[in-house]
Amino acid sequence: MISAPDVVAFTREEEPADEPCREPPLPEEYSVPLCPFAGHGANPWAKVASSKFSRDFILISEFSEQVGPQPLLTIPDDAKVPGSFDLNYFSLRIMSVDYQASFVGHPPGSAYPKLNFVEDSKVVLGDSKEGAFAYVHHLTLYDLEARGFVRPFCMAYISADEHKIMQQFQELSAEFSKASECLKTGNRKAFASELEKKLKDLDYTRTVLHNETEIQKKANDKGYYTTQAIEKANELASVEKSIIEHQDLLKQIRSYPYRKLKDSDFHPYEPECALDQASVGSDQDLATSDLAEPGETNPYSRVPSYTPKLIKAKSAKCFDKKLKTLEELCDIYFFTQTLDQLHQIERTFRGDVCYLLTNQISRALLKQQSITNFLFEDVSFLGEKAPGKQYRGCRGLSQDATDRKCSEETPAPKVVISLGSYKSSVECVPIKMEQDIEDPQEPAMTESITFEHQENLDYLDADIKGSISSGESIEVLGTEKSASGLTKSESQASLPISPSPQVGRSKVGSRRTISEDSIEVLSTCPSESLIPEDFKASYPSAINEEPYADDEEGGLRFTPKLSPDNADEQEDGSNLENLAQVDSACCIGKESPNFLEPLPSLGQKLCDEDGVVRIPPQPYRQAEQGLCGSFASSPHHDGALGGLLPHELDSRYPAGGREVSRTSLDECSDSTSYISSAASTCSDRTPSPAHPACLANERHKKKAGQNALRFIRQYPFAHPAIYSLLSGRTLIVLGEDEAIVKKLVTALSIFVPNCGVYAKPVKHWVTSPLHVVDFQKWKLIGLQRTASPAGVNVLHALSRYSRYVSILDADSKTLRCPLYKGTLVSRLADHRTQIKRGSTYYMHVQSVLTQLCSKAFLFTFCHHLHLPITDREPEESVVNRRMNFLKLHLGLANEDIKIVQYLAELLKLQYIQEPGQGVNPLLRFDYVPSFLYKI
Amino acid sequence: KSSVQTIGEEQIQNPYTELLVLKGHQDIVRFLVQIDDCRFASAGDDGIIFLWNAQTGEKLFELHGHTHKITAIAPFSSSDASEEKNHLILTASADKTVIVWDCTTGRQVQKVSCFHSTVKCLTVLQRLDVWLSGGSDLCVWNRKLDLLCTTSHLTDAGISALVELPKNCVAAAVGKELIIFRLIASSDKSEGWDVLEVKRLVDHHDNILSLVSVNDLTFVTGSHVGELIVWDALDWTKQACECNFWDSSVQPDAQPEIKLSQSTNETSVQHLTSDEECVFAAVGKGIYVYNLQMKRVIACQRTAHDSSVLHIEKLPNRQLISCSEDGSVRIWELREKQQLPAEPVPTGFFNMWGFGRANKQANQAAKKMQENTTMHFLELVGDLIGHSSAVQMFLYFGELGLVTCSADHLIILWKDGERESRLRSLTLFQKLAQNGDLQLK
Repeated sequence: MISAPDVVAFTREEEPADEPCREPPLPEEYSVPLCPFAGHGANPWAKVASSKFSRDFILISEFSEQVGPQPLLTIPDDAKVPGSFDLNYFSLRIMSVDYQASFVGHPPGSAYPKLNFVEDSKVVLGDSKEGAFAYVHHLTLYDLEARGFVRPFCMAYISADEHKIMQQFQELSAEFSKASECLKTGNRKAFASELEKKLKDLDYTRTVLHNETEIQKKANDKGYYTTQAIEKANELASVEKSIIEHQDLLKQIRSYPYRKLKDSDFHPYEPECALDQASVGSDQDLATSDLAEPGETNPYSRVPSYTPKLIKAKSAKCFDKKLKTLEELCDIYFFTQTLDQLHQIERTFRGDVCYLLTNQISRALLKQQSITNFLFEDVSFLGEKAPGKQYRGCRGLSQDATDRKCSEETPAPKVVISLGSYKSSVECVPIKMEQDIEDPQEPAMTESITFEHQENLDYLDADIKGSISSGESIEVLGTEKSASGLTKSESQASLPISPSPQVGRSKVGSRRTISEDSIEVLSTCPSESLIPEDFKASYPSAINEEPYADDEEGGLRFTPKLSPDNADEQEDGSNLENLAQVDSACCIGKESPNFLEPLPSLGQKLCDEDGVVRIPPQPYRQAEQGLCGSFASSPHHDGALGGLLPHELDSRYPAGGREVSRTSLDECSDSTSYISSAASTCSDRTPSPAHPACLANERHKKKAGQNALRFIRQYPFAHPAIYSLLSGRTLIVLGEDEAIVKKLVTALSIFVPNCGVYAKPVKHWVTSPLHVVDFQKWKLIGLQRTASPAGVNVLHALSRYSRYVSILDADSKTLRCPLYKGTLVSRLADHRTQIKRGSTYYMHVQSVLTQLCSKAFLFTFCHHLHLPITDREPEESVVNRRMNFLKLHLGLANEDIKIVQYLAELLKLQYIQEPGQGVNPLLRFDYVPSFLYKI
Repeated sequence: KSSVQTIGEEQIQNPYTELLVLKGHQDIVRFLVQIDDCRFASAGDDGIIFLWNAQTGEKLFELHGHTHKITAIAPFSSSDASEEKNHLILTASADKTVIVWDCTTGRQVQKVSCFHSTVKCLTVLQRLDVWLSGGSDLCVWNRKLDLLCTTSHLTDAGISALVELPKNCVAAAVGKELIIFRLIASSDKSEGWDVLEVKRLVDHHDNILSLVSVNDLTFVTGSHVGELIVWDALDWTKQACECNFWDSSVQPDAQPEIKLSQSTNETSVQHLTSDEECVFAAVGKGIYVYNLQMKRVIACQRTAHDSSVLHIEKLPNRQLISCSEDGSVRIWELREKQQLPAEPVPTGFFNMWGFGRANKQANQAAKKMQENTTMHFLELVGDLIGHSSAVQMFLYFGELGLVTCSADHLIILWKDGERESRLRSLTLFQKLAQNGDLQLK
């Protein structure tokens, strides 16, 4: 039998772009097809390949009172993007969902027309025939000339990936709400000024009319009124009335509740386009043109003096006049702002959902380890305003109900302790391996589940519509083609508009009945994608309160803790208890071993049997009961600190399981590498997944990762070199050719821990002799070697300070540095790694380093490892305890200890640093002999 | 080819595994002076005095006042034990002024600028609560900076060194001569002093470079041509004299080229230090240990450095630190000679590589000492390399570390990494407790 790594070795991998040469083809029987769709260059997660558009885009449509639904613009504004996709048809579809267009006009009780400040409605809509799924955000804008003063619009995020829409619903909703709020603010401004103009017109008209009547009065003092005069008087009266009406409207629009503006996270004025400039590609010109506009159209610079016009008594027929365009409806500043925001949204949500989710998860996790982040994480990445900040929103739709339940029952432990807020992210990445992923019918199933769930709500809907629908309601509107077994859906299918619109309409003058969180799935799924049996099996149980608890077929998604987790938990628990007992010498972990709540490990969770990840990671859940909970519940801090430890005992790694976990890790990184490569083969479909701010960064990472990969493959002494960097010994890359040196420096820079929150201590190119100050400041230096006398000085300085540095000679391919015999670096940089892609390798490094950071964190913040428990305790016993901890608990061997110690020093320095005062750069070193490595 | 002993990269006994570079000076830093347990001052050719915290390396004050380079610096603490100790420092500069600084506030207390020449040395006589300035003449000042008395013009070259002797006497090195002055309470004024030249000693053949008091009974002088004279502090008689011991004939394996290359510069006694039983002399490139009882050199390291040794100091733990023009600082340990089975090792061969051969070289050194009929030997236990130019001086701060100053404008604070790490942990947990992060809310 061939073991897994061997198989992997023969898989067909996409070669890095700059290595076009391919190995000779393998015999057919050895090559393993990676994915059934691989030949088509498809993303294995993309279930529908039938969509007609090439990538996600945003569509703005209007329900015009003259011509009906019509598309207005798309973002990106490129005809290629929608392709053959029928925008008109889709506009019709998305506009038809907005059954709640609010009523504006004369409400029965009031004399004047009343404006409604309507909440936007948000709808998820699917059209599997078109292969399009959309998040649709309906909003209404005010237009004095429109019927009822309102113009219904909608913004839709259209994607071929249903999961993306579903799982990113909260984020999409939040982002679109911002954009919509911005647009509406501009619209209110425009509306108000329009009203003002109109009032001026009316005022003018009134004066004119008044004058005319006066003249008429004077001209005819016969004592009776001519019809003309009566007409004029009527006209005057109507103008008067109109003035009052318009004044009232103006008052109303000005009294718009600005509560929203006070929300801290709501900044309609904030130009969020600063980052856009960094964006590249097709958006460049767009973004820049957008950026240019606000400058030249400063809304405050021009205050036009308005010359009022006479208003004709009879206004033109509504079909004669030309309706205002969206641009005219909105203040131009806000309009461009909105467009910018929409571009931003488009960029943010570009790419595969898996990528987005992983990003969000890692962000969420990184947020929790604020103390160690500075070491290896990109500070700019952390500092930036992430779109996925509403982590509560990261929940997938299908999990929504459970999550809600879960979070209601067990409120998320509040992380008050900055120390406690640290989660060892390596062990507790809550990536779920679902059991049902092998199921080929998985798409249908998830759909069915959402359906069932929604139906459940629908069912309730019928009775207590009002109360339910004001919350988060999910509705299903089955249509003509849906499954025959679905009786209820069918009944709904007969009314394409669900009962709620009527309810909505009947509540005249109030806010939308179904407010912010309503989610609808309008599905026109062809029948084959639905499995009637599933519905039959699960539908009755949908009425129950615990709908899927005992449902074996469809219920897996709804059991909050999957069985593997539990098994793990028990296993881990026993494991840890054992360890805790074994280690009674150490003061820790004894007091409360029972609150140890093990977390699923990365290696085991990521891969199923065949080692290929088939499911995108599930969204990160804040309510995850992890370390925070256990930390908060521990009796006192010593115990808590001790209690933390066994998580980090890393029992699987050192105790025989190292090899296994390593291979699994390699495997999964490999498979992810495959996936990303597969994803990029169909890059036309999912264009470069990148967060706008990190685009350049991303590229750098990829490059650095690729160079690093090459480095560890080329240089057999990569390990001691990396060890030098990790242990804080400055590594000097010496060479004649600047490009080669810089390349090596870039490659190695991913292993350099940061000393502070500033830039990495990496100097790419130096030509002058080095001083001790340089080693204090820089941990990785590219140094020029020249034959000139100056070059001799450079070398002389280098040999003088040789005890502080490791020297990698790029020309003669030698390395002079201390010996490394640890095991950590070999996991980090295995020259036989199957990882092919730079970005994948970068992520691999990042994850190993994060694990390392967590060890350093534990080591740093364990009181008794550094300070005596009692006053009388001799220093030696503390030292013994410390070494014991490093060796036995953290599973560190030989030089690995120095790495963790160095990181711990950095953490200490960072933590005790007074704010506003930079870290005193100090140079730590060891008196250890160096050796010369040659290829 | 240098025969300087090297130690390699493995230095188990070297505690200094952390360094902090203190930047501030813009010219050669020549002087370091300890103010109290955790503060020191540095001064040099840029005329600026910096006050530093020896623990954190924090720059406390930057004292501007002199327009020329600093020529002498002395701490001047108030002797009043009852009130809070007032730390002052005296600095003399080539601009012919002396300034008194307050170390607590960083302010200039007073400035004296009535000198005829540059003051080259400053000595504080705590017992008499006066201080002396030595230039072309010797002046006596009280705490309020009143000039109490002065000698006549002695020499243009000026007094190069001053040392306090018992019975209100001071010894001043003036060129080749050693002049003994005595301070006599003046008859007319209540708190005045008169200074009187008591004796002139002309035993040295060249300029006296170093002058150090060993104990109440003895003081030692060293001259440019390498004479070391031990004097009786009471009657100022010559107790012992060690001339040209550096190229003594007791050196059987002295290579001829070394002898040839020995210019006077290489034999000058640059600096002297002592403990109760020994005088440690920095002579040229070497270090010599002279036992006062035995009246002979008991241990030596002929070429301790690549270049002249500028400053040496004895630590309490039988260790000796030396710094040199070659930019390095070396830590030596004075060891009893052991009867080693002399293993014939081909020496000098491993020097070229210089790693991992510390033991063998130690053996070799030991063997040399053995042949030198000395009972002790100096073993190199560590070296500190950081400065890129001559290390002018250093200051040993006990467990706080070691401060070195150099011609490369830098001051380096060398610290025990283990201790620092422990202290940081302590601070960290204090801060945690202070932030309330340890309490559960």
